[in-house]
Amino acid sequence: MTEKRERQAARGATGKAPAKRKTTSAAPATATATGDLLFEGPAWSFETLARTHDAIEEIARGELGLDPYPTRLEVVSSEQMLDAYAATGMPVMYPHWSFGKRFARQEMLYRKGFQQLALEIVINSNPSLCYIMEDNTMAAQATVIAHAAIGHNHFFRHNHVFREWTDADTVLDELRHARRFVMDCEERHGRPAVEEVLDAAHALLSHGVDRAGRGERPDPVATRARLAERARQQRLAAQDLWLRTVPSRAEPPEEGTAVAERRAMGLPEENLLLFLENHAPLLDAWQRELLRIVRWLATYFEPQRQTKLMNEGCATWCHFEIMQRLRDRGRIGDGAMLEFLDLHSMVVAQPSFDAQGYGGLNPYALGFAMMRDIVRVCTEPTEEDAAWFPDIAGNARPVETLRHAWAEFRDESFVRQYLSPRLIREWRLFALCDDAAAPALRVEAIHDDEGYRRIVRALADQYDPAAQTPAIEVTGADMRGERVLHLRHAVQDGRVLDPLEVRRTLRHVQRLWGYAVHLTERDAETDAELAVYRSDAA
Amino acid sequence: MHIVDRRQNPSGRNLGNRQRFINRARSRLRKAVRDNILERSIEDTSSGERVVIPADDIHEPEFRRDESTGRRVGVLPGNRAFREGDTIPRPRGGGGGAGGREGSAEGEGEDGFAFMLTRDEFLDLVFEDLALPDLVKKKLRAEQSSKPYRAGFSPSGPPSRLNLMRSLRRSMVRRAALGRPRPEAVAELEAELARLESGEIVPADGSAAKARIAELRDALDRARRKRAAVPWLDPMDLRFNRLERRPEPVARAVMFCLMDVSASMDEEMKGLAKRFFLLLHLFLERHYEHVEVVFIRHTQRAEEVDERTFFEDRQTGGTVVSSALREMIRIRDARYPPDDYNLYVAQASDGDDVPGDVETCIELLTDDILPSVQYMAYVEILSQRGQPGFAIPRESDLWQGYAPIAQVHPALALRRIAQPRDIFPVFRDLFRREGVAE
Repeated sequence: MTEKRERQAARGATGKAPAKRKTTSAAPATATATGDLLFEGPAWSFETLARTHDAIEEIARGELGLDPYPTRLEVVSSEQMLDAYAATGMPVMYPHWSFGKRFARQEMLYRKGFQQLALEIVINSNPSLCYIMEDNTMAAQATVIAHAAIGHNHFFRHNHVFREWTDADTVLDELRHARRFVMDCEERHGRPAVEEVLDAAHALLSHGVDRAGRGERPDPVATRARLAERARQQRLAAQDLWLRTVPSRAEPPEEGTAVAERRAMGLPEENLLLFLENHAPLLDAWQRELLRIVRWLATYFEPQRQTKLMNEGCATWCHFEIMQRLRDRGRIGDGAMLEFLDLHSMVVAQPSFDAQGYGGLNPYALGFAMMRDIVRVCTEPTEEDAAWFPDIAGNARPVETLRHAWAEFRDESFVRQYLSPRLIREWRLFALCDDAAAPALRVEAIHDDEGYRRIVRALADQYDPAAQTPAIEVTGADMRGERVLHLRHAVQDGRVLDPLEVRRTLRHVQRLWGYAVHLTERDAETDAELAVYRSDAA
Repeated sequence: MHIVDRRQNPSGRNLGNRQRFINRARSRLRKAVRDNILERSIEDTSSGERVVIPADDIHEPEFRRDESTGRRVGVLPGNRAFREGDTIPRPRGGGGGAGGREGSAEGEGEDGFAFMLTRDEFLDLVFEDLALPDLVKKKLRAEQSSKPYRAGFSPSGPPSRLNLMRSLRRSMVRRAALGRPRPEAVAELEAELARLESGEIVPADGSAAKARIAELRDALDRARRKRAAVPWLDPMDLRFNRLERRPEPVARAVMFCLMDVSASMDEEMKGLAKRFFLLLHLFLERHYEHVEVVFIRHTQRAEEVDERTFFEDRQTGGTVVSSALREMIRIRDARYPPDDYNLYVAQASDGDDVPGDVETCIELLTDDILPSVQYMAYVEILSQRGQPGFAIPRESDLWQGYAPIAQVHPALALRRIAQPRDIFPVFRDLFRREGVAE
C-alpha cells in the first residue's frame, strides 16, 4: 500500500471495545456471538501475528479458495522500510547510485512529513517475502497480512502475466547473481566503467522487454553455462593474432547479404536492450551480461506495470472481504474494525478530477470498486448487466468469477471486459481529449448510453502498456559500412518525443553501440518524417 | 508461515548507494553547501541540511513523450456538469510551449533535485580538503587511542561476529567424530524396514525376515537415539571472530584560540570572530580526534576560559594584546611542551592595541612563539561600520607590526574579515591542504 495515510488517525483507535455489538453486515447472529478475539489493543506481538495470520489464511484458503505462495513475514523498522523502498523493494539488489538518489529523495519526503511510508512491501517470490513495519498497530498488521500476504500473493501466483513473465522460484537467486556479478565487475573493471554501462542500460529499461509476450525464464544453470561460454569466447578472442595472421580466402560480399544479415539480427527489434546485448560490436562479455541483468529486471517488473489496477484491486478486495468475515465471527473487536475501516477508506479514497490532491485514478479505489461490481453482477444483476455481461450475470458464483478474472486478464483487457455502465455512472467517468492542435480540451464521452463503450475503450487504452511506452525499434544496423544504428519511433496520434530527453538517451545508446546512432520519428499511419536525431560518435 | 524479526539487522543498507550518489553529485553539492554556509552560521546545521542541486549529473533520461504534443484521451472521475462535446479551457501551468527546450542539450528547464544531507555529510563537504599544516613533527605518543584489529577466533562473542564457516566446520568434525548417523542413513533403514514388513523383499542372505526386521528396528532405534543425543550444532562448536584493540600512534596537537573582546570591537565584530572560531572548533572536532583546544580571551588582561564562556560570554574592557600571547606562552610551558606537541595558534582581533604594546607582541612572536609553533593564523576583523566603498582601511597597529614578520616567517598567515560571507573563504584559505587548488 503506497497510499499516504495519517498514522495519527490509526493510532487513535484503541480496540478495547467489547465484541458484543452487532455489526452492520448481514452476518448470522450466531457467528457474532462466539467472540474469540484474535488480538486486543493496538500493540502486536509475534504470537498475535501468527494467530491472526493463521485465521486469515484459513478464511482465504478455506472459504475464498485462494491459493497464495507460502509466506514469510519479515518485521522491519521504518528505517529499513525506507531502505527497501529505494532498492525498488527488492531484498537484494546490485549497487548503483540511482538507488541512493531515490533513497535520498524518499528520506527527505518522509522526514519532512510530506509522505508516509508504505505499510508493507511484498516480493513476488516463492516463498513470498512480506515486509511489515514495526510501527503498525495490530489492526494494520492484520490488514496488511490479508492485503499482501494473501491478496497480492494469490495474484502473483495465478495471474497469467506473472506466470508467463516471471519465475517466482528463481527471483532471489537471480538477484543474488546480479549483485555478485556487478560487484565483481566493479572490482575487475572499476566502478566508472560499470556505472557507464548500467546508466545506459537503465535509460533503456522500458525498452528491454519482449512485448510480443514470450517471457524469458531466467534459469541459474543456464546463466552459469552462458557465462562459461562467454569466458570461452574471450579466450578465443585472445587468439585473435593467430586468426588474423593466417591467410584465408577473402570472400566477396554476396548479393542479398544485407538482407540476410538483417534477418539474422531479427530486425526490426523492439527490445533495444536485447539487440544491443546481442549485436553491439564493441561490448565485452561482462558488459553484455550487465545488459542482460538489467533486461531481466525490466522483465521482472513488466507484469507489475501491466496489472497494477487488478493487483491492487484484488488485494484490496481480499483484505476487505477477509476482515469482514473475521468481524462476522467475532474475531476482531469494534475498535480494531473501526481502525481498519478508517485505514481502508483512506486507501480507496478517490478525489474528483477537480479536487485538490487529485493525482489520477487511484488503482486501489478503481480496482476495488470493479471487484465489488463484479460480485454484484454475479449475485444481483440488473437487466443492463444481463445485457452487458451475459456470461457472468447472476451466476451466483462471485468468488469463482473473480478468481477467473484475476488469473486470465491484465489491466487493459480487464477493463475492456468488466467495466460496467453502472460503475461508470457511479464514478461519473468522462473521457477528455487533449489535442495540441485544438485551442481547448474537449469532452469526448460521458456516462450516457452513447458514452459507455467509448469510455471503456479509452480507459482500456490508457492501461495498455504499448500505449504507455513510446514504440521505438531498431530498424537497421549497418554492420559493414559506417556501423550506424538506426532507431525508429512510430509516432501515435502525433505524440512525439521530448527532444531534450531523446538527445540524452541517445548518448547512452551510443555509448553501448560504440558508433553513431540515428533516431527517426515517423508518423505511424502516414509514415511522414517528423523529426530526426543524430548522435554521432565522438 | 514464518515470521522473521529483521529489526535487529543493520539498517542503512543503502548507505553505500547513498555514498555513490553523493560522490556523483559531489562538485554540485560542494558548491551548494558552500553557498549555503556563506550567508549563515554553521551552528544551525545541527541535524541535517536540505540542499537543492541542479539535476543534470544525476538525471536519468529515458525516451519520453513530450506531453504538450499530439492528441491523447484520458478518463477522469467526478464529472459534474459536462456533456459530450463541451470544451474546457486548457489549465494554466501544464504543458508549456512545444520545443521550448530545443536550445542546448544540457541543463535547461531541469528542476533542482532536493534532498537532505546528514550533518556528517554536510560537514565533510564543508571541510573537504582542509588540514592543519605540518602535522608531522614531535613525538608520536600512543596513549588512549587504539583501533580494533582482527585477531583469530574465540569461543564466545556477540552473535554479529559469529563465524559461520568455522562454526559449521567444527560442527561437522564433531558429528563425524561422534558418529552421528546421517538422515539419509536413517531413511535408508526406514525404507528397508518398510519394504521388509510389507513383504516386498526378503533378506538376501536367506535369513528369516523377522530376524532382519528386529535387527533393523534395533539399528533404527540406536540411530535415532544417537541423533537425539548428538546435536547437529552444539554451543561448543560456535566460533566468533575476535577483535583485539591495538594502540595507534597519534600526533598530538593543541590549538590556541586567542580572541580580542575589548571595547573597541563592537558586537558585530565579536560575532564575526566567534563565528570564525566556531568554524575552527568544528573543523578540529570533526577531523582530529586528538587535538586539544585552549580558549583564551583578552581585554587588558588575558584569561583561559572554557568553550562555553568563550563563545557566549559578553565581557568587555581595554586592550593589551600581548597579555594574550603571554598567557598562551604560560599555558604552553605549563601543559604543552613544544617537544611533545604540535602547536597551533589562531588569533582574532580588530588590530587596535595600546601604544608600545605592539613592539612587545612582535618580540614575543619572533623570539618565542613562532619558533615553537607549526602554524599561526592571524585574522583581523574589520569594522562593518566604516565608510564602505572609497575609504581604504587604515592599516591597524597590529597589522603593521605583523606584516613584516609574515613576510619572512612562513608559519604566520594574516587575513582580514569584514563581513560574514568572508569567514568561510578566509577559513578555507588559511587551512587549505597543500597542493589542492581552490
